Amino acid sequence: MRKGIIAEELGLKYPIFQGGMAWVADAQLAAAVSNAGGLGIIGTANADGKFVREQVQKIKTLTDRPYGVNVMLLNPNVEEIAQVLVEEKVPVVTTGAGNSTKYLKMWNDAGCKVIPVVPSVAFAKLAERNGAYAVVAEGTESGGHVGELTTMTLVPQVVDAVSIPVIAAGGIADGRGIAAAFAMGAQGVQIGTRFVTAKECHVHQNYKDKILKANDTSTMVTGRRLGHPVRQIKNQFSREYAKIEYTDISNEELDAFASGKLRMAVFDGDEKNGCFLAGQIAGMIKEEQSCQEILEDLWTDAERVIEETYKWVK
Amino acid sequence: MYEKILEIVAEHLDVTVDEINRDSKFEDLGIDSLDAVELVMKLEEGLDIQLDLDRELQTIDDLVKFVEEKSAE
Repeated sequence: MRKGIIAEELGLKYPIFQGGMAWVADAQLAAAVSNAGGLGIIGTANADGKFVREQVQKIKTLTDRPYGVNVMLLNPNVEEIAQVLVEEKVPVVTTGAGNSTKYLKMWNDAGCKVIPVVPSVAFAKLAERNGAYAVVAEGTESGGHVGELTTMTLVPQVVDAVSIPVIAAGGIADGRGIAAAFAMGAQGVQIGTRFVTAKECHVHQNYKDKILKANDTSTMVTGRRLGHPVRQIKNQFSREYAKIEYTDISNEELDAFASGKLRMAVFDGDEKNGCFLAGQIAGMIKEEQSCQEILEDLWTDAERVIEETYKWVK
Repeated sequence: MYEKILEIVAEHLDVTVDEINRDSKFEDLGIDSLDAVELVMKLEEGLDIQLDLDRELQTIDDLVKFVEEKSAE
């Protein structure tokens, strides 16, 4: 199967990105993905510039393949992180949870390829206008910060709206999802949840197990009230949060309740009180594999699906 | 220009012009940051100007001042 423009221009074996998930996607995971031929992306969450620089310098020792860094635009340290990416000449920068306009030019000038993750056509157009290399159109099926639109409705509309490449994300974890993404006009895919279960992913085993044991209805979205909805696996924390979300609790108190809960999931594996961010496709993931196995699996599966789908054409 | 801005905002929100005024807060109107980006792009089309959304907008007054500033440039 051909690799396509994204893989060629970024120097990848597969046009498959591993999402830059907060606290989950560290240099180790990203390096494993990049070494296996995908684009590994380091998540930065709300870390500071020093942390990001350490991760970037670490990944450079683990791989000489291309890699990316994801900037969560709600991060209070975003200014210093933006600067670190310029200084370290990070090849690919993805952005999430906000409007990346302010930093696009400076990253472009430094030679980074900027690929904002967008939840709508308007954001995609804005990204293109500001010089983004491509966009990731991410549907609400995804884990972590989510928009309103589904991948199925968002991707083709974004493809129609912009001429830069579109990478599809949200709800993809096997060859069928990849084939569907290509059918909708995407040039590549970004995958998160499946990589959380990768052998090289450092999260607490409880986090992986929650995904491996999940079914199709295991996730829920909370945080809409504060304007930052996130998708996570249902547990005591998410249910408690949902209960208090629309009471007269203040914004600050609500925010404080969620604070630190992702780290509790990632590092402590606190099943009841942690926030286990994951996508709706968690239900389909049943096996812990290495990044190499995951990527090979995905690509051969996609090939098989596309060949079999051809039977619908007379 | 103020009237035209209100018209475009009202149309985008699917309300009448009388239901919004200078002090109306985005939060009360149900405009989140995603909507703000879309709204600004609609204003660009409607007013035929380029608007670079470089700040956070919280009220209609913020929006009007922003547009007036950008169109004077």
